[in-house]
Amino acid sequence: MTATTTAPASRRGRRIVLQVVIGLGALAMVYPIVWMFAASLKDDSAIFSEVGLIPSAFDLANYVEGWNGLGEPFSTFFLNSFLIAGLAVCGNLISCSMAAYAFARLRFWASAFWFAVMLGTIMLPYHVTLIPQYTLFFELGWVNTYLPLIVPKLLATDAFFIFLFVQFIRGIPRELDQAAKIDGAGPGRIFLLIVLPLLRPALVTGAIFTFLWTYNDFLSQLIYISERRLYTIPLALRAFLDSSGHSAWGPMFAMSTLSLVPLIVIFILFQRQIVEGIATSGLKG
Amino acid sequence: MTGPAQAGREVSRRRSRSAPGARSENRWGYLFLTPWFIGLVVLTAGPMLVSLYYSFTDFALLSEPSWIGTANYERMFTEDHRFWGSLGVTLRYVLIAVPLQLAFALLVAVALNRGLRGLSVYRALYYLPSLLAGSVAIAVLWRQVFGREGIVNVVLQFVGVSDPPSWIAEPDYALYTLILLRVWEFGSPMVIFLAGLRQIPAELYEASAIDGAGKVAQFFRITLPLLTPVVFLNVILQLIGAFQAFNSAYIISGGTGGPLDSTLFYTLYLYLEAFTNFRMGYASALAWVLVVIIAIFTALNFLASKYWVHYDDGDR
Repeated sequence: MTATTTAPASRRGRRIVLQVVIGLGALAMVYPIVWMFAASLKDDSAIFSEVGLIPSAFDLANYVEGWNGLGEPFSTFFLNSFLIAGLAVCGNLISCSMAAYAFARLRFWASAFWFAVMLGTIMLPYHVTLIPQYTLFFELGWVNTYLPLIVPKLLATDAFFIFLFVQFIRGIPRELDQAAKIDGAGPGRIFLLIVLPLLRPALVTGAIFTFLWTYNDFLSQLIYISERRLYTIPLALRAFLDSSGHSAWGPMFAMSTLSLVPLIVIFILFQRQIVEGIATSGLKG
Repeated sequence: MTGPAQAGREVSRRRSRSAPGARSENRWGYLFLTPWFIGLVVLTAGPMLVSLYYSFTDFALLSEPSWIGTANYERMFTEDHRFWGSLGVTLRYVLIAVPLQLAFALLVAVALNRGLRGLSVYRALYYLPSLLAGSVAIAVLWRQVFGREGIVNVVLQFVGVSDPPSWIAEPDYALYTLILLRVWEFGSPMVIFLAGLRQIPAELYEASAIDGAGKVAQFFRITLPLLTPVVFLNVILQLIGAFQAFNSAYIISGGTGGPLDSTLFYTLYLYLEAFTNFRMGYASALAWVLVVIIAIFTALNFLASKYWVHYDDGDR
């Protein structure tokens, strides 16, 4: 009798403790990000003396200074990053959905073999192709343009998305294709009018992750882009760090904070798709 | 139920193979795959072969590659202490960061799975760093936080530590700031764990509770065994990811891998050899060795998985 009355009380107690621990842990996780935002509003001397978050005076001077800190305004770098990421999204969605449709629905010679090859390229470390790709783009005169960052997406090199789309298309009832076929539609029309509209949830996932990866990508932008006018956000931040060294943390943090805003906005808007994408297919977040 | 439908599909497949439509479908298949085929030949398979060839040459981008046999590999294994150093740094990074990251991910996932109120908010907060931590902005932040006058040292001085070191400038500590950054990204394996935990039927817990099993026993007897496929997936994904880490080391060390090569990740060394020293033949050899190392680690994991990963389809 006593056991049944004390158990819920102690369970509730434990639950409250758990809730508090989890809550504190969550705060600790996001503390560095919030701290950076707070630091971006402080002047340099306050950044190094204040651990707390509330700046003694709100001051947007760091943002003004940082925005024009590299000669070109940061709007240029944001536009460059968005342009590359946007084109990469288009390229990936078009090329990977086409390949996925072929693998999932069409019967062609050696399809199983090519499918296995495609799977094999997913886990391949990009370092083995990095240098020959560079020499190829160098020979083509594409270094210091955006082409090396975009053209590979049009050629479905992010094979992971092919796999993601294949899985999704396999879940679309074949009866829909069959019905269209009876009505005289060829594979091209079936793809455009039936498969593609139904593939939309997977396309959204593909678009989100392509954008996140491209926006955060540093190595290939570092290798291919050297002219300041063409800099993307990661390159601009690195150049800022190099040029200002330890003297200008405030403007540095201001621009770093701004650079995270698109990521956070996308996270807030598409949290469900991002979490599902990671949970169901192991997309790296 | 699926029997007749499947049989019907088989019949239609067999019929269509001889039907006139089959040849046009063959053509359509290759048409839809054209972009991928071009990519495969020009950007994946071709470059793989070319980089294998480069790895046996002396090649400095502007001159033609000249064949030097296995000299790159010999130099790497016998003379190049930076190769061994970067390999050691990377292995330490991977072998410390990945287990810690997965342990945190599992711990928090299990705690969150207890039916807390506001699960989605907590999940979002724990996940957010994974989304951001790969960016240059966060590496910049890390550089300040663990610098000589960084916020970590402000706190340490406040609690009475006199003259704490600059963590990123001290060879003994610099790598650990990078490991900490990696561990902080435990949100994405956590999300995968949460999805796995949800697959475990609640009846199992109810039945074992009736049998008198406590929470700890339940974790080790039910949760962990049933979750091993998900643990395995996470190990593979995080291992491959950690081996290829680059951004954080580049930004925090200012592109050098310093101090004293203590943050010289393998990928960073490869980058420096290829794109600042323009030893592209040697860098290609480094790339192939990296692929072999990652392949070995992955293969070992698959072999070991037979002994600890439980699949619920019975006899496997």
